[in-house]
Amino acid sequence: MTTAHAEGAAGNLPHEPEKATLEGRNKVLAFWLFLGGESVLFGTLFATFLALRNQTNEGPSANDLFHLPLVAAATFLLLVSSLTSVFAIQAMHRGKVTVLRNWLLVTVFLGLCFLVLEIYEFSVYVRHEEFGMTTSAFSSAFYTLVGFHGAHVAFGILWISVLIGQLARKGLTVVTAPKIYVSAMYWHFIDVVWVFIFTVVYLLGKVG
Amino acid sequence: MDWITTVDHKKIAILYLWAGGLFFGIGGLEAILIRIQLIKPMNTFLDAQTFNELITMHGTTMIFLGVMPVIFALMNAVIPLQIGARDVAFPFLNALGFWTFLFGGVLLNLSWIMGGAPDAGWTSYTPLSTTQYSGTHGVDFYTIGLQIAGLGTLIGGINFLATIITMRAPGMSFMRMPMFVWASFITSAIILFAFPAITVGLVLLTFDRILEANFFDTSAGGNSVLWQHIFWIFGHPEVYILILPAFGIISEVIPTFARKRLFGYSSMVFATILIAFLGFMVWAHHMFTTGLGPVANALFSVSTMLIAVPTGIKIFNWLFTMWGGQVRFTTPNLFAVGFIPTFTMGGVTGVMLASAPADFQFHDTYFVVAHFHYVIVGGLVLGLFAGLHYWWPKMFGRMLNETLGKWTFWTFIIGFHLTFFVQHFLGLMGMQRRVFTYLPNQQFDLLNLISTIGAGLMGVGMLIFLTNIFLTSRKPADAPDDPWEDGRTLEWTISSPPPEYNFKQTPLVRGLDAFWKEKTSGHKTMTPAEPVGPIHMPSATILPFLMSVGIFIAGLGFMFSRDDFGNAFMGFMFNNYLVTAIGLVITFGSMLLRSLYDDHGWHIEPEELEGR
Repeated sequence: MTTAHAEGAAGNLPHEPEKATLEGRNKVLAFWLFLGGESVLFGTLFATFLALRNQTNEGPSANDLFHLPLVAAATFLLLVSSLTSVFAIQAMHRGKVTVLRNWLLVTVFLGLCFLVLEIYEFSVYVRHEEFGMTTSAFSSAFYTLVGFHGAHVAFGILWISVLIGQLARKGLTVVTAPKIYVSAMYWHFIDVVWVFIFTVVYLLGKVG
Repeated sequence: MDWITTVDHKKIAILYLWAGGLFFGIGGLEAILIRIQLIKPMNTFLDAQTFNELITMHGTTMIFLGVMPVIFALMNAVIPLQIGARDVAFPFLNALGFWTFLFGGVLLNLSWIMGGAPDAGWTSYTPLSTTQYSGTHGVDFYTIGLQIAGLGTLIGGINFLATIITMRAPGMSFMRMPMFVWASFITSAIILFAFPAITVGLVLLTFDRILEANFFDTSAGGNSVLWQHIFWIFGHPEVYILILPAFGIISEVIPTFARKRLFGYSSMVFATILIAFLGFMVWAHHMFTTGLGPVANALFSVSTMLIAVPTGIKIFNWLFTMWGGQVRFTTPNLFAVGFIPTFTMGGVTGVMLASAPADFQFHDTYFVVAHFHYVIVGGLVLGLFAGLHYWWPKMFGRMLNETLGKWTFWTFIIGFHLTFFVQHFLGLMGMQRRVFTYLPNQQFDLLNLISTIGAGLMGVGMLIFLTNIFLTSRKPADAPDDPWEDGRTLEWTISSPPPEYNFKQTPLVRGLDAFWKEKTSGHKTMTPAEPVGPIHMPSATILPFLMSVGIFIAGLGFMFSRDDFGNAFMGFMFNNYLVTAIGLVITFGSMLLRSLYDDHGWHIEPEELEGR
């Protein structure tokens, strides 16, 4: 319904609408800074995990728990969602609002699938392996690090969903474009963090 | 209502000042109570538990809720003016940062009336801060209150970084920025990279206490020294978050009242950057006695001593700025000049403590207490006094009374040295910190009495300052644009207090100390960089306030989630995380509203600008 109107507006947009206004440029810059802070946040969580990863308190260890095919599937979903968010931004740069919206929807869907897999994984650990927050220092560190990432994914899903709604209401403008661009940056960041989690938590847990 | 919804950086500065001032007063009263308890040996004025709560809350309140907001007040009031901007990059976030700070601070102080304040020391070392040794909700108030307040600080830091990078007036290159802007810039960068570490630390401690996680519980495989690493990798840079803005203020005040350019501007800039960098490298010097081993101790010892080099550069540059200048000893300059020797003394004891073998002797004695009070009170608080007296006319349009200002200075600085100078000797003689009393006839009696008298005198100095503020507020707001007559930077080119849009026309900057440069080349005003046009202003909004209220409610809900209330309704609301959920719904609902309803702000038209 509003798509036609939005397509019309998109015709007048500059090539990189996210950087067309000072406010947009400020948003992108501040978001890079914010991601710097987020890196320290996850760095501290990773350091905590590395310090405590062998402290299993006679509970299950990483090697007992992790099931790599499941984690690999989750990783694949999240990596592809990063790619689809790139497609979304490319569509935005070409001014194609419908394509942009569809790629954002795909991204959100893949993120949801990832989250479902993670919740399934946690529930298996808790129910069948008796591996909960209170089991050991390793379990506390595991749930905190991976859970923090999961919470970031959940927030990203909510955020991008709201932006899809905003896109429908207001179309693609120099106000909405920076928000979409920044949310894509956020999504890539989550993806990068997951690559580290995959390596440091899961691969190292299996073979380290 | 106007104050709850404002997004104007100048009003937010005043909010920060009053809120910070309030917490500063609370922290000061706690200090006085501590000193009364220690006035004589075996005193029974306070019991041990209350004393523990007081020292914990004194340290926490002063650092997080007292001096940081006053720093933020000055940064908010001054930075946009000094760089020739009409506001900060994100006015909405600026308001949000203030309100989260305030509600975090209120939450922390609610602990006094809700079952006991935190009692594990301001560093909350584990295992002392775990439920095993600290059974009340005190430390929960600490972790969650600081978490919320820290969120505000982080938001503020990012906002100032973006503001300084993108909103400088034409011609103001990085190497033409006033030193206070530089100091605030570096401070904000440290905030950005240090605060997320304490965020994680506080989360881990909260999880240990509320969700029974095992991060710091050695019986379940946890590691209690881990807390110290996380705390100090934040905590040491925090010291520079506090002191660098004071350095910036001193670098503004001294050249103005010496009528000379700041000596060695570029070395000042690079010294500031170097201090920030080294500040991240030295956290384990707080942990020499935890058994890190000689190699680690040696490395952290040497890197700590290195910080004396850029700091020394700064001290000498201030002295050389005054050298041969026409120095005027106004109140701000008295504080600035008083800062130099006092802070230097704090730095010297810092080098002494940095020597690991010596630290084994000094550790946890009053020598350490004396050292950090020389740095933080003798450095930062004197700096803040200098800055407040200096910029008061710009913030409020009224000059503070000079005579009362000089009385404030002399009572405060004499009281300060009386209080803390003798504590060096108490520490060297072996008096331990954090202990609520001491035995007679250990030669501690007289020095403690002197110290308490000094604390009282500092209190008198504060009262004189408050009197000065009160009397000044009753005078008409008639301060001239450039009340010190030798103003060097852009804030002195506009009226006092500035109009809500700051600059009618963005000024063109033609060199370091932009206004001074114009004055010395015979101009009375700045050359504008743009014609008079409509000015875009952001709209006022209640949403930042509501978002902070939501976080506050969620925090309280989470904290009491495992309590047995003996009341079905309360139990139902808290034990099922319903209160937490309500708080989060308020916060996320406000975010959603903000997202769905764009507010494009409003314009001030040129005719209106001319009318004023």
